[in-house]
Amino acid sequence: MFVEADHAQRALVSGWGRTVPTAATVRRPRSVAETAAILGSAGPRGVIARGLGRAYGDAAQNAGGTVIDCTGLAGMRLDPETGVVTAAAGMSVDALLRALIPHGWFVPVSPGTRQVTVGGAIAADIHGKNHHRDGSFSEALSSLRLILPSGEHRLVDRSDGRLFQATVGGMGLTGVIVEATFRCIPIRTSRMRVDTVRAANLEEALALMAEGDDAYRYSVAWIDLLARGPALGRSVLTRGDHAEPAELTPRDAVDPLGFDPRVRLGVPPWAPSGLLNPMTVRAFNELWFRRAPRERRGEIQPLAGFFHPLDALAEWNRLYGRRGFLQYQFLLPFGAEGTLQEIVERVSASGVASFLAVLKRLGAASGGWMSFPAPGWTLTLDVPVRPRVLGLTRDLDAAVLAAGGRVYLAKDSVLRADAVERMYPRVMDFRALRSEIDPQRILRSDLARRLEL
Amino acid sequence: MKNALGVVDSVVVLGGRSEIGRAIARRLVRDGASRVVLAVRGGAAADAAVELGELGATVTVVDFDALDVDSHERLVRSIFASLGDVDVVVSAVGELGDQARYEREPAAAAASVRTNLVGHVSTGLAVAACLRAQGHGTLVVLSSVAGIRTRRSNFVYGCAKAGLDGFALGLADALHGTGATVMAVRPGYVHTAMSAHVPPAPMSVTVEDVADAVADGLRRGAVVVWVPQRLAGVFAVLRLLPRSVWRRMPT
Repeated sequence: MFVEADHAQRALVSGWGRTVPTAATVRRPRSVAETAAILGSAGPRGVIARGLGRAYGDAAQNAGGTVIDCTGLAGMRLDPETGVVTAAAGMSVDALLRALIPHGWFVPVSPGTRQVTVGGAIAADIHGKNHHRDGSFSEALSSLRLILPSGEHRLVDRSDGRLFQATVGGMGLTGVIVEATFRCIPIRTSRMRVDTVRAANLEEALALMAEGDDAYRYSVAWIDLLARGPALGRSVLTRGDHAEPAELTPRDAVDPLGFDPRVRLGVPPWAPSGLLNPMTVRAFNELWFRRAPRERRGEIQPLAGFFHPLDALAEWNRLYGRRGFLQYQFLLPFGAEGTLQEIVERVSASGVASFLAVLKRLGAASGGWMSFPAPGWTLTLDVPVRPRVLGLTRDLDAAVLAAGGRVYLAKDSVLRADAVERMYPRVMDFRALRSEIDPQRILRSDLARRLEL
Repeated sequence: MKNALGVVDSVVVLGGRSEIGRAIARRLVRDGASRVVLAVRGGAAADAAVELGELGATVTVVDFDALDVDSHERLVRSIFASLGDVDVVVSAVGELGDQARYEREPAAAAASVRTNLVGHVSTGLAVAACLRAQGHGTLVVLSSVAGIRTRRSNFVYGCAKAGLDGFALGLADALHGTGATVMAVRPGYVHTAMSAHVPPAPMSVTVEDVADAVADGLRRGAVVVWVPQRLAGVFAVLRLLPRSVWRRMPT
């Protein structure tokens, strides 16, 4: 989390992309009652909840207002028979995994980092490599505890249709989530059985995923957005399932549910901003692609390496330098593969450094009104902030809109308000519900201001 | 709200008759700003309002007297109250005047300093308070190289710009860490109606050049912007010239 202290009790708060810091009063409640009290004493610039600050843009910032740091809301209960977990909103996926895995349970959705909270996971209705099979986080969610802007505590479940569907994916704008109950995935080991295959270009990658994904619980493709010509969109697909005890080496089989991932390296604050330039990224991508086997089946890997490779590098967001970066993630419905091809061509031609771009085939949508995932393809790319990037993101926004797609609000930091209504048709219902439960707009964020949510 | 690439949404121009102020507004609207307030004496900015409207912005014109310092705090607050979040305020009031006349008419010289400096102080501090409260936003102050080292040919104008530049940098430091920022813009000779009676200096620029530099500075989060950029190096040298040489510099 990028928070700089200030004399006047305010702090500069920014997202993971470190692009547009704004000042807010940051409060860290230790209990639900303290959280409700902060909501009750909100000033004219309102309140927004924040977790571990992994939203890339301005979703968990509130310029001039209050930001509630929810990481003090800790604690969880597991029913070891059913795998149903009730966790405080400030619990991180990292803490959950350390508690759950030894009992043979895995979180229903694991994003690319363990450093997200339960509250953030619901507010962004996050998805993971198993989306094509299991859906987004809200699919596993049976209920959540919400403090409404009025200060009222509410246990919200699916019978509370509108409030539930507005809250999952609702970017924290319906209330402060303080607790959630969800079911987990049973596992017998803390290892993954992984198949890796290289795809020579985008067309081949899409075909491989369309044909083969359903055979795996987890699937994702890393795509080289700097490759051009016939290699345009070349990818490395990694797909897998939780391994069974019999597949482990004798050494690993001693402790089949062992799980203790470490941070190996940190990026120092003085890391030069030019570290990631088209040349170094091109070299990195080349190496990554060459390093991957043409095809390898049944490799046993630790969980953390498969799900959270970047977590081994603390504060890797500093690699992009002082001006920060944005992560652009969009969805295109099935049938819009032509647009996907055009976008990959456009990004490739722009030469904007982007390493570890990720391509994923998504499954069915949850019912969340502002929830991002829907059937189709989602591509995620990092873009360092440079003047010429503006034209690129505008072109991408236009192409995504024209193809009936959308961008992910948890990542977004450049979208314009008029585009949101076309990408998220239920935003009208969302605004109407907000007017009912929060007529004074106590819940506010910089994202909500920018996009008029 | 400003987005991650420095594109702003709402702009206020204090001194809406300023050609540079208008050029900055045009540039920011072309880049995506949708709401503009022009503060002008007598509210006379119909042409600029139409022009910005045609570019796609919603424009409001308010009455603003740069010399009436007692009215500034109230005016600034009412602009912020009506516009909502303000991303950029351009403090653009200025007059070049005629140095020879100022030397003949001391009262006229003092009046020009009121226009070029005093009004910026009262509006600038009022704007700073509003930006601090909203936790973000940038005050753009139109300084000048004339204030970096005042010179014989226009020191009345220069002394006001010197004061203004110092005010801007001091305010920038005062606002450090509050989310609000100040950007001092130091153009060299700019071709405008205001400067038409003065022969162009070397490295002269257009109002569009200044607007481009401001838009770029907003993206970078710059505190000082020279237009053109190479004037920074030129003035690093000029500041060191012995006074006997500086005094004889043409224009």
